Amino acid sequence: MLMSEDRRSYTLDSTLETVDNAEQAASEIAAANGFGDDEVLQIAMAVREAAVNAVLHGNAYDPEKKVRLDFERVKGDLIITIRDQGKGLDLGKIPDPLSPENLLKTSGRGIFLIRSFMDEVEIHPSQTGTEIKLIKHVHGAPAGGKEASQ
Amino acid sequence: MNLKTTTRQVDGITIVDCSGRITLGEGSVVLRDAVKDLLSKGQKKILLNLGDVNYIDSSGIGELVSAYTTVKNQGGELKLLNLTKKVHDLLQITKLYTVFDVRDDETSAVKSFK
Repeated sequence: MLMSEDRRSYTLDSTLETVDNAEQAASEIAAANGFGDDEVLQIAMAVREAAVNAVLHGNAYDPEKKVRLDFERVKGDLIITIRDQGKGLDLGKIPDPLSPENLLKTSGRGIFLIRSFMDEVEIHPSQTGTEIKLIKHVHGAPAGGKEASQ
Repeated sequence: MNLKTTTRQVDGITIVDCSGRITLGEGSVVLRDAVKDLLSKGQKKILLNLGDVNYIDSSGIGELVSAYTTVKNQGGELKLLNLTKKVHDLLQITKLYTVFDVRDDETSAVKSFK
């Protein structure tokens, strides 16, 4: 379990195995921090989707580039940060997968699912990579009702 | 567990029993290959039994959409059977539940094909 102010960090290769490992770590840490089964699944899936973005779209499987994964317990929040070393996500190109013209597209649902499953999501692209911060309130109550932002 | 599929024929309909996870990588490829194989054999009425699929990620959702449109574009029909709650919920929030023809009874699902 991550105690208050605790942090656990991983530096991972840009491989599909990383995606599975990130999901597994998220599942274990979420369960250890008191989340229920449904929330554990949501957190693990959000982390999986963020890891997929980092490995595929960010680092493009480049063996020289790493994915950094941090879990922090800060008071009532579990904060998960995933960073890649890619060119930086273009936020303007994230499609709305619910719009009729995108409904039958075979990709573009990852960020949407992340936002659906987490309480707050922050995406910070830069020229040296993208950082995505995922926040889940441990007891389900919003901390100040802050809206998710980019 | 990665995806495993077995196929069987019921009244001219091909039922694909799926078990495991439909996720980026092998799981999605297994589904894609299974559908591709059926279409190559002219089997265009496909019922995907997802009763033992308890996990799908966004890539897996994309693969389901791809299978649906591929079969439809070839004049066939692809329907879904026995969704688990997790998969059902995912299709609901992605608004795909109304796109797919989703069934929960195999006999009536088989009869529903044209």
